[in-house]
Formats: sequence, structure tokens, C-alpha cells
Amino acid sequence: MSATTSPLPRIRISGRSFLALTLTPEAPLEDWLSALDHQIARSAGFFAGKPIILDLGMLDAETQHLADLLPALKERGIRVMGIEGGDRTWPALADWEWPENFAGGRASAEIAIPEDDVPEAPGPRTLILENPIRSGQQVVWPDGDVIILGSVASGAEVSAGGSIHVYGPLRGRAIAGIGGNGEARIFTRALEAELVAIDGFYATAEEMNADQTSKPAQVALSGETLTFLPLT
Amino acid sequence: MSKVLVVTSGKGGVGKTTTTAALGAALAQNGQSVVLVDFDVGLRNLDLVMGAERRVVFDLINVIQGDANLAQALIKDKRVPSLSLLPASQTRDKDALTSEGVAKVIAELRKKFDWVICDSPAGIERGAQMAMYHADMAVIVTNPEVSSVRDSDRIIGMLDSTTEKAKKGEKLEKHLLLTRYDPQRASRGDMLGTDDVLEILSIPLLGIIPESGDVLRASNVGAPVTIAEPESAAARAYNDAARRLAGEKLEVTIPTERKGLFDWLFKRRVS
Repeated sequence: MSATTSPLPRIRISGRSFLALTLTPEAPLEDWLSALDHQIARSAGFFAGKPIILDLGMLDAETQHLADLLPALKERGIRVMGIEGGDRTWPALADWEWPENFAGGRASAEIAIPEDDVPEAPGPRTLILENPIRSGQQVVWPDGDVIILGSVASGAEVSAGGSIHVYGPLRGRAIAGIGGNGEARIFTRALEAELVAIDGFYATAEEMNADQTSKPAQVALSGETLTFLPLT
Repeated sequence: MSKVLVVTSGKGGVGKTTTTAALGAALAQNGQSVVLVDFDVGLRNLDLVMGAERRVVFDLINVIQGDANLAQALIKDKRVPSLSLLPASQTRDKDALTSEGVAKVIAELRKKFDWVICDSPAGIERGAQMAMYHADMAVIVTNPEVSSVRDSDRIIGMLDSTTEKAKKGEKLEKHLLLTRYDPQRASRGDMLGTDDVLEILSIPLLGIIPESGDVLRASNVGAPVTIAEPESAAARAYNDAARRLAGEKLEVTIPTERKGLFDWLFKRRVS
């Protein structure tokens, strides 16, 4: 049997350049990671399939949570193909799989991360409750206004990001503008509330004007004081 | 030396909250500094009986969870300046009472007041256990009827086994307060007599509070009976009980209505 020598296949090599992205974490790493998460949330897929160089130049051996940095990046789908800066003798890096370093490389300008079209936040939504709110019940609606067709009993509590409208008597607590909305108001057909609050400013029953007790009223915030106006 | 007192019963509706308010007010009127703590989270009433419901902003649960400090949550009584109230939360449930949180609040109150009076919820579950856990002494409120007596017996057993004092092998002082007592019905045999109750429960008697419309009226106007109707039989009985709590030796009697001369004349005129 004669050996036939076929020529070895020719290795085809052509050049292709990818832009490797260099990530430069800064201490404290927890804050940096949450900023990264925020960025990823706004531009999903930006890091997917991209070669990443991790630059430890702004960290040192004592940086807290340094050991967890690489796993944390992996968890976020970031493929680290090279590490620069830092020193692999740092004890925190002992467990890291340290990729081979790349030679060369030219720094390019800082890259602006494209932002996805962030879906428009849903506008304020209104919660309509047809039943009376009983003592001990708590309604929390940070998204917008709350409209209650019945009454709010003594010992009940209604909190809303927007305004609160009570078509029956308001005998419990009404806490409007909980997200810091000073424009919110409280409306009721009969003001007998134990406590009303708008954007953190509150008044107890005792601090309210007795003339308005059991009458239709609205409560608004002007400056830092709650004003009680008759509702006619 | 401050004292933590729990007012408890097991059974509902026997007069724990009324007793807490009346005893607390009586102690405060005698010059002691007193705080009433409502442990009935989710079904609070002490604020109503004390007439403070229009002044509640923060409560026990807010303090336990660190949303407010004690000074913000304590409500000072307007009639008796040495009397304060720490209200319960109406919108939460008893699970919000954490052991550490309650321990912290009670320790802080001990520093500020001579008497910390804990108004226990009915039942034998978490709320009642939290209310009694740190107590140095207990007032067991009992009505002269069999179901109330049996429930009180159950509570006394818990006071002797599950409280902090019991676990440390110390003795927790227990006092029986008979409420809604009607001597006429008792003599007719419609009610358990004092002796029967004492025989069953075998703890010292702190006082006998007669069944009285004054108590009900006082609750409805938002004042402890010892403040609203200080001359009534019930108020006098509560006052004596408070003095016994503070260590005075007084004989227990069943108080009757004290009629003034004008009442008597008026009665005669009418009849």
C-alpha cells in the first residue's frame, strides 16, 4: 500500500476586527454594578456577544467585593476576554479564571451606549372602589388617584400617589400624594377624617377646623400647610 | 422602680380596656406617671375609651418598625398630665408585633414611666402573649360567670409558664379583678359569687367593680370612669383597686351608689 501524500489544506486567514469594549469598574463596586444594571436595562443586548476587556486600573487589591466582580459580570452575560490593569497576585483575584492577555490594542474613544426606546411609562391610573372601606382595611395605590364611592370608616386608611376622592363620609385616614406629589388633593362629601396628609404634611382630626366637620370639603397643600376648603 | 402591668382575661368583652383606662387614670391621678399601651393591634379601642382617637398619628407598630420614635407616638392625656397613651395600629395585624420590637419599646417605656400598663387583646394568641411577656404583674379581669372564670384560669396558667418572669423562675404578681358584678343577681344565684370565683382561681382579689351604667357612659364620652364619674361606685372601686396595686392595704368591699341628700329628697318627692 503506497502512501499517497495529498497536500495539506491551505489555512485561510483573513483579518477581521471587532471593537473590544473596555469596562473600567470603579469602587464602590456595588454602586458601579447597580449603575451597570441600570444601563443594561436601558439598552438591552448592548453587551451581548461583544468582546469585553476588563480594566482594573481604577481598583486596588483592597477593593471590597473585588472577588465577586467577575462572577457578577458573567451573571449579566458579559463575556470578559481579557483583563488589564490590576495584578493577578491580588488575593481577591485568586479564584478568577484569568484569560490570556491580548497584545497590542489601540484605545479608542469612549463609546456612547445606545439607549433603547424606553417604553412610555404608563400614565396615572385610577382605582375605583365601589364598596365602603372598613375599619382596619388599608388601600395603597401609588399609581394615581383613588375614587371611593362609599365611605372610609374610622380606622381605615387610604393612600394614593395622586388624589383621593371619597363620595361617602371620610372617617378614617386619607394620605394623598405619597410619591411626593404636592399637587394631590383630597375630596370628600363629609369630612370627618381622623387624619389627612398630602405629600407627607398631615393634620389630625383635632387640628382640623370644627366648622367643616361632616361637610363636603377638599384638602390641598399650599406651601407647607394643608388648607381645607368647602366643596360647593 | 417602674412596673409593667398587663391587664388580661382570655375572654373578650369582660372589661379589659375599660379597666386599663380606669386603673391607669386612677394611678396617674394619685401622682404616678403612667403609660397605657394598646396591644390589640387590628382591633384597637383604647384610644376611643381614652378619647384620644382624634389625635393618633403614629402607633405602637410604627415605633416597633422604626418609622417613628416613642416621643412622636405617645399621646399625652389632656385631663391628667402624667397619663400617656401608646395606641395600637388598626390597619395591621398581630404578626407585626415582633418579640424584639416589643422588648425594645417596653424597655424604653420602663425608663420614662412609673407604670407601663399593657392592655391585652382577647384570646391566647400572639397579641395576648406579647402583651403579657414582659409583665411584672398582671390584673386578670373576670366576670362572675363560668366561661369567663375558665378562660381566666387558662390565662393564669400562661402567665405562670410563658412570660419572661416565669421563664427566669421568678414570680409574677397576679391580681383578680371582678368586673360587672351585680350583688343582687349574685345573691339570687344567677351569678357566681365572689367566694366561688376566688376558690376556683385562687389568686388575691384586687377589687370588685359593680355593673354600672356609669362605666358605659364614660366609655362613650371617651373618658375613663375614674375621670368622668369620679363619685360613682365603679370609679370608687377602681380607685381602691389602684391604691391596692400601689401597695396600700384596703379591705375589699362591694361599693354601692352613694346617694346625696338632694337625690334622696328628689326621689321622695317623685314617688
